Amino acid sequence: MPKQSPIPDELDKPFYDACNAERLVAQYCTSCRRYQFPPRPRCIRCGKDTAVEWRPLSGRGRIISRVVVYDTPTSSLIPGQPFNVAAIALDDEPEIIMLSHLPGTPVDQVPVGAAVEVIFETTPATGQKVPEWRVIA
Amino acid sequence: MPHPVVPREWFRNKEGLGLWEGRGKVVATGVGTSPTARRWDEKPETSMGALTILAIRKAIADAGIAPEEIDGLVLTPESTTGISKDPNTPPPPGWEKHFKMASFPQAGITRGDIDWLLLNMPELKNVKFMMNGPICMSVSFVAAAEAVARGLTKTCLVARGWHNLAGRYYVGVGASALNTASGRFKYSSIWGLPACGTTAMVFEEYCRKYGKSHDQMANFVVTSRRNGLMNPDGYYSQHRPEMITVEDYLTARWIAKPANIYDNDLPIMAALAVVFTTPERARDHKQKPVYILSHGQTRPESMGVVPTLEQWERSTDRMGRILYEGAGVGPDDLDFENMYDGFTLFHQFHLEGLRYAARGEKRGYALDLYETDISIEGPNPVSPSGGNNGNGRTRWWNHRDSILQLQGRSPSQIRKKAEIGVSGAPMPDSCDALIWSAKPPV
Repeated sequence: MPKQSPIPDELDKPFYDACNAERLVAQYCTSCRRYQFPPRPRCIRCGKDTAVEWRPLSGRGRIISRVVVYDTPTSSLIPGQPFNVAAIALDDEPEIIMLSHLPGTPVDQVPVGAAVEVIFETTPATGQKVPEWRVIA
Repeated sequence: MPHPVVPREWFRNKEGLGLWEGRGKVVATGVGTSPTARRWDEKPETSMGALTILAIRKAIADAGIAPEEIDGLVLTPESTTGISKDPNTPPPPGWEKHFKMASFPQAGITRGDIDWLLLNMPELKNVKFMMNGPICMSVSFVAAAEAVARGLTKTCLVARGWHNLAGRYYVGVGASALNTASGRFKYSSIWGLPACGTTAMVFEEYCRKYGKSHDQMANFVVTSRRNGLMNPDGYYSQHRPEMITVEDYLTARWIAKPANIYDNDLPIMAALAVVFTTPERARDHKQKPVYILSHGQTRPESMGVVPTLEQWERSTDRMGRILYEGAGVGPDDLDFENMYDGFTLFHQFHLEGLRYAARGEKRGYALDLYETDISIEGPNPVSPSGGNNGNGRTRWWNHRDSILQLQGRSPSQIRKKAEIGVSGAPMPDSCDALIWSAKPPV
């Protein structure tokens, strides 16, 4: 699936730099002791910006839901319709949800509840890598 | 000139606040609705601004008051949820012959603006209180309710217009057409979810948890369309007056399975205005006053790219508790619910958070309720307005109908006596809602 290439900004550069090194990281609030993603200037719970730091994640998760997209707005993905989009709850923080096309999983056969692990996919426009997920057999 | 937005201190977004201090001090009377259209035809007289002016004049006439009596105006300036134009884009030729120009060229076209309205409505000569209720008209209703209750305005207009330009919503245009992604949506947009995708995901999670299915939505969608077709002001009754069937719903094309085309609301052109005032002043208004008993707010707490079922259930549960605490009523007091439905697949989160027609159940009962008699003739009317699903995307048909129901003049009037109802919008985790009553609180 030829994804759009995300353009990093000052806030999320550490996340995308880590992706290029094939590491998954997320912001962690040392005050609230919880992760958050997408990146934000401060903790969305306590509001502190000084307590937020980047920490590595295990790269493991679980599929909690899925849809099959038949009418995407994204031009580059239209030729590949229909396609899966799964919601991945991270083992490190189950309320953090990331999305995935689940490469290798047939359309409409997403095994909800299955364990997944992160892989990294290169996006064509800039070469920026992004996290993807595959089902662990 | 920038106008203030509703202060956060006015929000009732936590429990333990007790009865709302404005309870019984604010009423709605006049209602004005513009004609609808699918898309703007680029004529000044059918612009979003023109429709808003028309709705305001109709609301004032409906209330039976003089324009000079209006001393407040609360507006939701955003007039689309789709892609729109830069505020400095020049207006179409001839625009200036119809309207006076405000500080930015797109005022009255792709964005509402209080100054533009007042420039072009010279009859509103006594407006002193001005405020924006951003994003959703629900916010403007709350702002106006608080403003009247606090004595900042005696007779206040609440208004919102919607525009819809040519072309498909988002599909293959703007950021969607690029091979790169920037801004806050890049964490989700690169996976190509359509607007309903997030809701479809949480709905799927809901069905899996409670053993429900998408097919169980059919009666809700069909009943909503039926209710909407009773409304002479709705888009479908004016332009596509065909009823849909259960079979239509069950065989409809998918957008993001399990969301099909009927689970998505149709963007339209339309405007609504409502008159809020004090009970004392309402004695001189033509329409019966509808009391606001309370209001409540929730805002997103999502930690991930998309929300989870647990978050939406937690958020709508909190909304129910906040509303009932502020109003001094409970779920059994509701004669109808008009919570938001655009997308249909999240309506049940609002409904269950309020424990509407719950009969002791807490969660996972709404799709079973949908398969019972939820019509306006039945014991548990669900979305009697028809909502966005039955009338087109505005996020205000539900509020409008709550007022009309309690005045006894809704085009889809429920058969049982309507004394207390609720409406709110938009999302399960980002909602402003109000409890309305035909009678003053005791």
